Amino acid sequence: MANNEARPVEDLHLRNLTKKFGDVAAVDDLTLTIPAGSFFALLGASGCGKTTTLRMVAGLEDPTSGTISIGDRDITGLRAFERPVNTVFQSYALFPHLDIFENVAFGLRRRGIKDVKSTVDQMLDLVELGPMARRKPTQLSGGQQQRVAVARALINRPDVLLLDEPLGALDLKLRRQMQIELKRIQTEVGTTFVHVTHDQEEAMTMADTVAVMNSGRIEQLGHPADIYELPRTVFVANFLGQSNLITGTRSANSGDDVLVQASGLTFAVPADRCFAEGSNIIVGVRPEKITILDEVDADRIPEHHNRLSGRVTDVSYTGVSTQYLVQTAWDQELIVFEQNVVVGDRSEVGDAVVIHWSPRHTFGLDGSGGTSVGMDPEVLALEAMNASLISDASEA
Amino acid sequence: MRWLRKNLVGIWAVLVLIYLFIPIAVIMLLSFNNPKGKYNLSWNEFSLDAWTNICGVPGVCSSFVTSIEIGIVSTLIATLLGTMIAFALVRYRFRGRSTTNLLIFLPMATPEVVMGASLLALFLNLRFPLGQGTVIIAHIMFIISFVVVTVKARLQGMDPRLEEAARDLYADPRAVFRYVTFPLVLPGIMGAALLGFSLSFDDFIISFFNAGTLVTFPIYIWGAAQRGIPVQVNALATLVFLIALVIVLTGQFVSHRRRRALEKPAPITVDLMSRS
Repeated sequence: MANNEARPVEDLHLRNLTKKFGDVAAVDDLTLTIPAGSFFALLGASGCGKTTTLRMVAGLEDPTSGTISIGDRDITGLRAFERPVNTVFQSYALFPHLDIFENVAFGLRRRGIKDVKSTVDQMLDLVELGPMARRKPTQLSGGQQQRVAVARALINRPDVLLLDEPLGALDLKLRRQMQIELKRIQTEVGTTFVHVTHDQEEAMTMADTVAVMNSGRIEQLGHPADIYELPRTVFVANFLGQSNLITGTRSANSGDDVLVQASGLTFAVPADRCFAEGSNIIVGVRPEKITILDEVDADRIPEHHNRLSGRVTDVSYTGVSTQYLVQTAWDQELIVFEQNVVVGDRSEVGDAVVIHWSPRHTFGLDGSGGTSVGMDPEVLALEAMNASLISDASEA
Repeated sequence: MRWLRKNLVGIWAVLVLIYLFIPIAVIMLLSFNNPKGKYNLSWNEFSLDAWTNICGVPGVCSSFVTSIEIGIVSTLIATLLGTMIAFALVRYRFRGRSTTNLLIFLPMATPEVVMGASLLALFLNLRFPLGQGTVIIAHIMFIISFVVVTVKARLQGMDPRLEEAARDLYADPRAVFRYVTFPLVLPGIMGAALLGFSLSFDDFIISFFNAGTLVTFPIYIWGAAQRGIPVQVNALATLVFLIALVIVLTGQFVSHRRRRALEKPAPITVDLMSRS
């Protein structure tokens, strides 16, 4: 950009940030460093404190305690209009009485910049809305409004750009396009993006670093792949993708593995993938890491693999893969994804099968809180309904 | 029969419109009359006397001007005060807020006769000289309620995120008000002012109690009605109606043009979203 002053981009630091509404802590002693120039996602269900965190960074909400700083500058005491931070609001909040040009020019004009024309035109070109400059926001489609909101914030060259569920109002197809678009813009301008979302797929596709938030705290932070492959809590295992979780107890160590007893079976979890302190351990594995075999082929399983036998209760063909539900001896249903590499070799409902997976894909979680933390409440309700239907049917 | 059933709604609508507009049409028609006796009640012969000599009867024009003055002054003050009350009620939490909310409605619900009489009693007790001042005070009092209700609705319907967005974009509190809040509430304030003016211009009962020797336009007509209303009153009434009509039609025209502009197809035919 022409007006790009050589201002070093700096890290955003949150230190012991707390926000209480009455007695409830929406954000609870949050300490976090967001590296300069990164695309950072705060991921969590509604009410987990992610939006409150964002609003505190923007200056729209005062923290109860803690500090916010950019580089060495403490901005906690600055009011919203004094901070080098701009926000893309949920549902955009474009000024309906101003046209697109004036919406984008708003921040520049308030800072007393006289000649805004070339800067605004450049910014509108970046989001490909040049020809729309003289339209009113209501005359634009949802995706176009979204890009105006991004342009209106970015034109001020903020140190940090905050995005509050920026794609929530768009339909699925448009959302995918905008995800790519936003990533392109971020790469182009190099500004730190902090993105708040409840959509785990969106967070994983766009961000370099994802922080999973739960009730005001960060559960786990890292590269999307690292968090997915090795969740450290039951909440993360359930919230980010799907997991099969089996409750067990610690029995012994064998080499580098922790051995876990569950319903008469023994599972091996590598010690560096086990995050349980006590004797209750939940053994976890992602559905696509499991291989499913007919019982007769059980001898083909590599010796050290974790395994269990079960019966197929459901088969869903989804094109790319097939999703199986396998009922274990203790009536738990495990999910298995199988790539449809071979045609016509699928297990069917009622088949006796053996499933197995490598200990390298197994993770061990602290078992004191149960296996359903972080699961979608609607899914839980459905499962409870299913279970009661099944028991009714067996009684009749 | 079938035709009738099909067009029943249309016929009914035309009948209602005729019912509504016959009195106005009669007044307009009689403004071109040259009445035979004192009373301008039946058609005699066509004449432009009332229009060419519109202030010809003593008191007509001065009372008309008095009413316009009172309308403008009381509307300006009431709109200013009412807007501020509306902002206070919507934006701030303070002790007595809900009571204020309730009390503000009272002048709308009180019968005008009661309000006029009690105001008169108040002014007499305070030995406040009756005249234009007292009428303006009385008018401000009842216009405020309408202004508060109208502006409040507009304010409550405003997305609070718009002001947050302005703050986020380097607008200090004053700039937020000037560039975002005020422009967005302005249509509500204008509507309230128009309503207030017409209420004031139109008011007879409260004005009559508190006017003393002052003669407003409605009071003049009431007085004249005893002796026979001069044709000039019809002409002035017609004028007011036509001015109002022009204002309404202009508003309609402007919003129609704006809507047309919205519906106009985009000048660029390439959909930017579907670029590969």
